[in-house]
Amino acid sequence: MSQAAALAAGQDVGTGTAPAGRAPHRRGRSLWEPSALIFVGPSVLLALAFLILPMIGSFYYSTQKVSPLSGDTTPLGLENYRTMFADPTFLRALVNTAAFTLITVPLSMGLGLALAVLMNSVLPARKVWRTVIYLPLVISGVSVGLIGTFLYNEVIGVVDKVLVALGASSGIPWQSNGFWSFTSVVLVTLWIRVGFSMIIYLAALQAVPGDLYEASALDGANGWQRFRYMTVPMVGPATFFLIIMNVIYSFQVFDTIFVLTNGGPGTSTEMLGTWAYKVAFGPTRNQGYGAAIGVVIFALTLIFTIVQWRANRTRDEVA
Amino acid sequence: MTVTASQRAVRPAATGVRASGPSTRQRRSRAGLAARVVVAVVVSVIMAFPLWVMLVTALSGQSVFSTQLDLLPTNITLANFARVFSAWPVGQWFSNSVTVTALTTIISVVVSVMAGYGFAKLRFPAKTPLFLLLLSTMMIPTQAILVPQFRLVNALGLVGTFWAVIIPGAAATFGIFLARQFMIGIPTELIEAAKIDGAGPVRIFASIVLPLSKPLLAVLTLLSLMYQWNDFLWPLIVLRDPSLYTLPIGLQFLQGQYQTDYGALMAMTLITVGPLVVLFLVFQRWFVQGFATSGIR
Repeated sequence: MSQAAALAAGQDVGTGTAPAGRAPHRRGRSLWEPSALIFVGPSVLLALAFLILPMIGSFYYSTQKVSPLSGDTTPLGLENYRTMFADPTFLRALVNTAAFTLITVPLSMGLGLALAVLMNSVLPARKVWRTVIYLPLVISGVSVGLIGTFLYNEVIGVVDKVLVALGASSGIPWQSNGFWSFTSVVLVTLWIRVGFSMIIYLAALQAVPGDLYEASALDGANGWQRFRYMTVPMVGPATFFLIIMNVIYSFQVFDTIFVLTNGGPGTSTEMLGTWAYKVAFGPTRNQGYGAAIGVVIFALTLIFTIVQWRANRTRDEVA
Repeated sequence: MTVTASQRAVRPAATGVRASGPSTRQRRSRAGLAARVVVAVVVSVIMAFPLWVMLVTALSGQSVFSTQLDLLPTNITLANFARVFSAWPVGQWFSNSVTVTALTTIISVVVSVMAGYGFAKLRFPAKTPLFLLLLSTMMIPTQAILVPQFRLVNALGLVGTFWAVIIPGAAATFGIFLARQFMIGIPTELIEAAKIDGAGPVRIFASIVLPLSKPLLAVLTLLSLMYQWNDFLWPLIVLRDPSLYTLPIGLQFLQGQYQTDYGALMAMTLITVGPLVVLFLVFQRWFVQGFATSGIR
């Protein structure tokens, strides 16, 4: 989902939920342009074949037993879902994903907003700082994960060396301890995600009229008051957009964690995204069960987006 | 989200005012400025640190097993690169990445721009429901469709070829929304005038719409290049043959081969991230605009 898309949806859903089919009635069929088939057709076909039908397929395969070798299917009913809720690794992955989301989303957005405020103020060499903060955004998750394994290595890792050089008595067990391993995943995620929140917040801040701040300064509002009662409400739409985008990212997180910890030690950093892949394409190749986990990830994303969308609409109506 | 449009309009005014600042409290503002610079420097050092470590390790002949902390390259050498290149078909992986990324980008940009034009300017039945359907596909997580997509690509006989990555990759729908949003801004009068002059739909698209869409094409191309160059999960599933690996798959494969030989691994990482970093430094403005309007990344 995109900002542009969200905007478009806001408009289109608005007219769509009103008396259905209003637009066609108004326009009439005579105006339909056959060339639209050429322009829109390829995209619709691609989306149907490789996104929409596979999504429907996932619901189907989640009720099947898929043979690991032949790929033949036999109906299983809801057995895969029963397996799921008796699978300790799945439950752990569910909890981990929830914790990961609850920690990384507010932190990356809070830091992003703080940095955006900083970059929106009078500051020399602003472009340089901005470029450095944005740079991790274009680096692949695999590379990020691999750099992470080096930084957090307990024997030769740079982070522990720095900590010791700064006076710590010993390094932190980033790889052998579940809590610290989870922490390393969170830190790496903040490293690559903070720039994204900052970009969106910076665009929103630059839309806040400067004389508003001047007026409030004359009225005696201090820096914190201006931030709390002016900046935060003004960037509300950006916050809404970022919550959705960041939560969707966190629900699906894969590349970085697959390479950095591969879910370990034990299952302490296993996520829904990594577990779905391992179940369906790892040694067990249980694709029916894998599809069922995929359906759960999709359902969580859908529910969250709808709830968030409604909450935002209500808030807009109240305001 | 309706703010987006007004943001653009207001921006010049905002930039003008920002520079004036609190003029009456100059001493306090000078202390504030110093504090802000310190924060900016500290944050930037932290953000650049992992990439700096990668660069130094890749170019350094120093053993990474030494217990002391070396944050400056002591004896610069390309030995790490030579070691990786002589043992693995890294050049092949690089050219595979270029092929897959280029083809996917070309197809997806063409398809997105055409669809964006259709949804922005043409009239056809079920336009809004179709658009909403495409919009909703952006919520589908890759992991949710792995199994059926794999079966489909397998049934089409594409597994083990680049097309297994390219064709599903071209189905990414985010570009359609960027394109539609942009093309709504193209004056309909221009298109109507060309119609009266007797230009057909393809001619109108090629000689009026496309030339006006250069900024859109730039943003779409860069976003797609980045997305495909970095794509990992799907290629991991369908590119099983090492001679077909793209760089991210090769990189993950080498992680298993080299274990803790980080000189070799960081050299390979540098090869993987280098092209995108250069691209970003050159076209930063377009990238940022793309991130801000699409939410991709």
